[in-house]
Amino acid sequence: MASSLMDGIARLGRRGLDIIASLGRAGVFLWGALVGAPRPSVGGPLLIQQIYRIGVLSLAIVIVSGLFIGMVLALQGYTILSDFGSESAIGQMIALTLLRELGPVVTALLFAGRAGSALTAEIGLMKATEQLSSMEMMGVDPLRRVMAPRLWAGFISMPVLALIFSVVGVWGGMLVGVEWLGVFEGSYWGNMQASVTFADDVLNGLVKSLVFGVACTWIAVYQGYDCVPTSAGISAATTRTVVFSSLMVLGLDFVLTAVMFGSF
Amino acid sequence: MSYCSAKFPVVAGMADSSYILLDDVVFTRGNRRIFDGVSLSVPRGRVTAIMGPSGTGKTTLLRLIGGQLRPDSGRVRVNGHDVPSLRRKDLYRLREGMGMLFQSGALFTDLNVFENVAFPLRVHTRLPDDMIRDIVLMKLEAVGLRGARDLMPAELSGGMTRRVALARSIALDPDLILYDEPFAGQDPIAMGVLVKLIRELNATMGLTSVLVSHDVPESLSIADHACIVSDGRVIGEGTPDELRKHTSPKVRQFLNGDPDGPVPFHYPAPDAQADWGGTLGGGSRRG
Repeated sequence: MASSLMDGIARLGRRGLDIIASLGRAGVFLWGALVGAPRPSVGGPLLIQQIYRIGVLSLAIVIVSGLFIGMVLALQGYTILSDFGSESAIGQMIALTLLRELGPVVTALLFAGRAGSALTAEIGLMKATEQLSSMEMMGVDPLRRVMAPRLWAGFISMPVLALIFSVVGVWGGMLVGVEWLGVFEGSYWGNMQASVTFADDVLNGLVKSLVFGVACTWIAVYQGYDCVPTSAGISAATTRTVVFSSLMVLGLDFVLTAVMFGSF
Repeated sequence: MSYCSAKFPVVAGMADSSYILLDDVVFTRGNRRIFDGVSLSVPRGRVTAIMGPSGTGKTTLLRLIGGQLRPDSGRVRVNGHDVPSLRRKDLYRLREGMGMLFQSGALFTDLNVFENVAFPLRVHTRLPDDMIRDIVLMKLEAVGLRGARDLMPAELSGGMTRRVALARSIALDPDLILYDEPFAGQDPIAMGVLVKLIRELNATMGLTSVLVSHDVPESLSIADHACIVSDGRVIGEGTPDELRKHTSPKVRQFLNGDPDGPVPFHYPAPDAQADWGGTLGGGSRRG
């Protein structure tokens, strides 16, 4: 009985050490990838290619989701606000919700599922087929050649995607609130303009999405790089990417919100 | 003359007759000791075959030479450089003078044949495009695949994949090529082509070649020098003729392909009678 308890504690300790070692490896990995990027003539085209694959190809899912979330917000908001006779505040509500919360968070969750899983699978397969090894043996550092452009592309794409999400959401909210439910268009835009500030709302939202972008891309690329190079290993790594990214985004969101808006 | 070796010259006084020198190398992976004091030398300008049963860590040996793995103890010297102690930058520069042919070919699947061969040139040199084109076509011509330049890796057969990978590994005119199981899984024609290529490239380009393989007849037919690795040690070393006359039972079993001998047919197992009698656990029976 006592020995099984000790075994349990030992296992817990080993798991803790594994996690810390893995965090350390991930940190060294990030450092190695971001320091000393390839020269601009080589790195530029690689970066643009990755921004296209990670960012531009995620546009469709981000725009469609943003549109529907904006429309749902308008419907729900109208039902509640009209009870108090303040349905004219609907523009303000939609814009603040999107810019501060839903834009960065939902975009990051979509990003983890759309781009993050693809990154992990791609890099994992490159590892399994020895492409990363052969690059190393050719004297080309895969951290700089393969990982760095993907990381930077993720960091750059996420804030832009989140911004597009919010803009489309605000427009979707207007479609439902103004065109369908009949809120006065002047008050929709006017209240929004009066209440949304650049520094508090737009900038904080962008900072959030940048943080989420770093977290999601780092997790995705590292999971691919660190995976066991078999089909089961790649599948497990892809799952971990989506699960870890989603949890990380929601956890970080709480922390960031508390720091940014928590001064009661 | 290699494009790269000029930047990273041989250490003065170290240009002796062996290109690679392994001295008492110990390497452990997890709990398994893969090498337990391996010492061997690869003569400069020759084809050296490193043979051994599957699972003896032949590929690991190549990775130790290429600096992708570090030994627990012992020395690995390549062209006079102590590989494990090289700084990252110097290691990458040393690798520019090495080519490695992976068992799977390891071509970049998103690039076509031409771009795969051009890759090391584009990364490591600043040659103009038309010169890169000439070099790539020359290398592809050398492996007989100039006409396949526009194909994607997925459209190639196994033998062609390996030949493209070979063209890529000689793109920078290296001094050393490491071949990882070049003959495994090839049909007789593809195997014949590879044997001819390895031999010819070594002669015409003045290379030093190391091939790890368990295909005995092919390896011995092209090697000037051969070693047999088994159980973490070198059990036989010399010219192919010397090895054929070797008296060690392990060497004889490997070269003749005897199913049973010092390397037993059976994986270590508990006593057979007890196992079938059902007194032992394991297998499908939950003990």
